[in-house]
Amino acid sequence: MTIFVFCIALFLIGLYAIVTKRNLIKIIIGFALIEYSVNLLFALIGFRRGALAPIITKVHSAHNFVDPIPQALVLTAIVIALGTTAVMLAIALRIYERYKTFDIAKIKKLKG
Amino acid sequence: MIELYLFLIFMLVAAIIATEIKDLLAAVISLGAVGFSVAIMFILVQAPDLAIVQIVVEVLTIVIFVAVILKTTHIDETIAEKFSGTQVLATVLYAVFAILFFIAMVRAMNDIPPFGQATMRVAGQYIRLGLPRAGGANLVADVILDFRALDTLGEATVLFTSVIGVVALMRKIGRRQK
Repeated sequence: MTIFVFCIALFLIGLYAIVTKRNLIKIIIGFALIEYSVNLLFALIGFRRGALAPIITKVHSAHNFVDPIPQALVLTAIVIALGTTAVMLAIALRIYERYKTFDIAKIKKLKG
Repeated sequence: MIELYLFLIFMLVAAIIATEIKDLLAAVISLGAVGFSVAIMFILVQAPDLAIVQIVVEVLTIVIFVAVILKTTHIDETIAEKFSGTQVLATVLYAVFAILFFIAMVRAMNDIPPFGQATMRVAGQYIRLGLPRAGGANLVADVILDFRALDTLGEATVLFTSVIGVVALMRKIGRRQK
């Protein structure tokens, strides 16, 4: 259970970056940290001691595998994380071109 | 399993550095350290497919981050300034929420199976039927491409939507000039 608590600590570091940082890139880094921690937590929950990777071979016909379902879910989540990060960074780049700063306290003007 | 804990401590240190350092390029490199540690941990918990995808996605993420930072600035000028009132308030509120969240999650972790003893209630079915029904030796690929193929269709939709979003945001023609 201790290892799950470490994952939650990583989640809280990412949340800290999102809530308290004023730099847009730091906020996006916080999102990425949260994604890593949740993916890792899923993979750790599906782990079984002494089990093999879920690939059927002739040598290991006994079905002693780790849980393949969290791995399938996380595989989807990793790819979606890449898409969201790319969109966030594109928006950050456009904001920088307009305001010449990443500081969210200075990005106040609502100009179309 | 001591190496898992060592990697997790390394990841926590790298994550704190990534959030607190002044140079944004160094912050992105620290983020890459966290991501590649995640990939190594995927190998240690017997998830080779995840490790491969994580490495590819991590490289792409770092490349996009570095491209954005090289086009803009790599100095985080908000770090050196002293705390403003709203930032102190945000930190205090975050601390309260973090403590509550941490307690709630630790209590919730007592209800899920302990580390290393997954229940496999649903997975047993997939493992039994994976080779005869779906015909693939890799059970993760069976789940993604056969048993839960509609989820993968949704994933592809999200991915292409994000590509359309990036292309629309980064377009050169059709934007109003100043």
